Amino acid sequence: MQLGVYSFGSLARDPDSGRVATSAQATRNLLEAVKLADDVGLEYFGIGEHHTREMPASAAATILAGAATITRRIRLGSSVTVLSTEDPVRVFQQFATVDSLSNGRAEITAGRGSSIESFPLFGYNLQDYERLYEEKLDLLLTINREDPVTWMGTVRAGLDEAVIVPRPDSGHLAIWLGTGGNPQSSMRAGRLGLPVAYGIIGGIPARFAALTDLYRRSANASGFSNEHTRVSVGTPGFVGDDGPATRDAWWQEWFDTMASLGQIRGFPPPSRNSFDRDTSPGGALFVGSPEEIADRIIELHSHLGHMRHFLQMDFGTLPQRDFLRSIELLGTEVKPLVEAELGAEPAVVPA
Amino acid sequence: MSGTLTIGIFGPGKVGTAIARLAVAAGHRVEIAGSQRQESLQLLLDVLAPGAAQSRSVGTLAARSDLTILAVPFGRSVDLPYTSFSGRIIIDALNYWPAIDGVIAELDGIPQGTSEVIAARNPAARWVKSLNHLGYHDMDEHARPSSDPTRRAIAVASDDSDAKRFVSKFIDSVGFDPVDAGSLADGIHLQTGTAVFGRELSKAEFERMLVRPVSAAEPARRADAAA
Repeated sequence: MQLGVYSFGSLARDPDSGRVATSAQATRNLLEAVKLADDVGLEYFGIGEHHTREMPASAAATILAGAATITRRIRLGSSVTVLSTEDPVRVFQQFATVDSLSNGRAEITAGRGSSIESFPLFGYNLQDYERLYEEKLDLLLTINREDPVTWMGTVRAGLDEAVIVPRPDSGHLAIWLGTGGNPQSSMRAGRLGLPVAYGIIGGIPARFAALTDLYRRSANASGFSNEHTRVSVGTPGFVGDDGPATRDAWWQEWFDTMASLGQIRGFPPPSRNSFDRDTSPGGALFVGSPEEIADRIIELHSHLGHMRHFLQMDFGTLPQRDFLRSIELLGTEVKPLVEAELGAEPAVVPA
Repeated sequence: MSGTLTIGIFGPGKVGTAIARLAVAAGHRVEIAGSQRQESLQLLLDVLAPGAAQSRSVGTLAARSDLTILAVPFGRSVDLPYTSFSGRIIIDALNYWPAIDGVIAELDGIPQGTSEVIAARNPAARWVKSLNHLGYHDMDEHARPSSDPTRRAIAVASDDSDAKRFVSKFIDSVGFDPVDAGSLADGIHLQTGTAVFGRELSKAEFERMLVRPVSAAEPARRADAAA
């Protein structure tokens, strides 16, 4: 089992003055977090894509390029790249550049994203959602497979023997398909033989076993063996020394983020009741002591067979020192417990 | 309701398959229609809704079903075979999410609820708004037998009182307490951003929330939709 972290960036507050970080400082904070994650032996750091004041890490590849030069082992990915509103040629070039700078540690997780901020920002029409995603995923995979690249479609100009560089030394970039649980997405990942990354932020994660089953059976039906399939899981989570105290402290960060998101999307703020349920064994929020979190990851693995679990920790205006402490505990305390049970996961991603 | 019903579902997504699981568990016959190829849909149903069958014909699904449920994304609801809905009981479980679907011109700034807009696509159908205000996780996890005091409520709104009674019995059969939420126009109080949307409420709590003054239950006007 690989363990890791993902983030959209956050405006950390100073616990003494209460002042929150600027978006520029938030970017530097992320770099510090990636460096620590590498130092404590975590295997993955993902940077997502939102375009909001609260979650300002809009340019994952640029941050990861910075991280590439100050880290040694950790794999560096997007979680996720909102592919529908990107040019796949540019996405490939940027992550291939991160791959070059990091000696082969770059990954792309291509998804649709859960928000639509990027559509007006980059001038795309939401009515084209399906077609944009389908075609752009096809183009990205074509670029990853072929050199030079020839491609025809409707969402951008065609390519005729195009040279797209740099090329990864290994020949290919690791490209995951990111999904929040839509059955079609699991089937698509299986059909294409891609590794699949599930973002699970509510409900009972063990129920995703039906989706991982659908993913693996779709892969088998397209001629890919189970050995070729890979499942990773990203959930909210936070590790502190003491379970109950950690949940009490993190509750406010979770509430602030979900209440403001709910305001925009039309769902109610979370109740403490639902938070307590979701942070209990079986729930989707992996918040607690190192022993609790290790047990819960091991338990979920028995349902999903995932090879990587990564946590989004920096909700709300979580102070940077708390974010860093959680990363440290994930690496120094949770990881040995999980590995004692499940073993290390050397396998990366099939090319 | 005489026990076993035939339930037709448009949309084998997160919501459609969750409703199918509930209905199959309650002993109903379930048919699901989707746009994917036959083998793909079969695999999807085998894994996510065992016991549910693939619809033999999308155009006659409503005619063959005692109850038909629309569980497609809002943006794709225009493609449904509305003419085949005449005289049939149809549950509109759709939600309009401007923050996720984008602003749909047909719905932007209109005073009435989305169910009225959907119903206008075939006024001869027996429209019921229900099953829209809780998440698919909740459907899986909150179904309880009728004797359970923690049972959660699901609202039923319709202008057709027989259809409303029929759907209420179905809701009860799959593990939730039905709540009479008034006419189809009153369904506006069940939409995203309302006081009851996404909330875990018992029947008594739900009924109390519904009799609140209209202003308190109006959908929140979002800055992006108003702009």
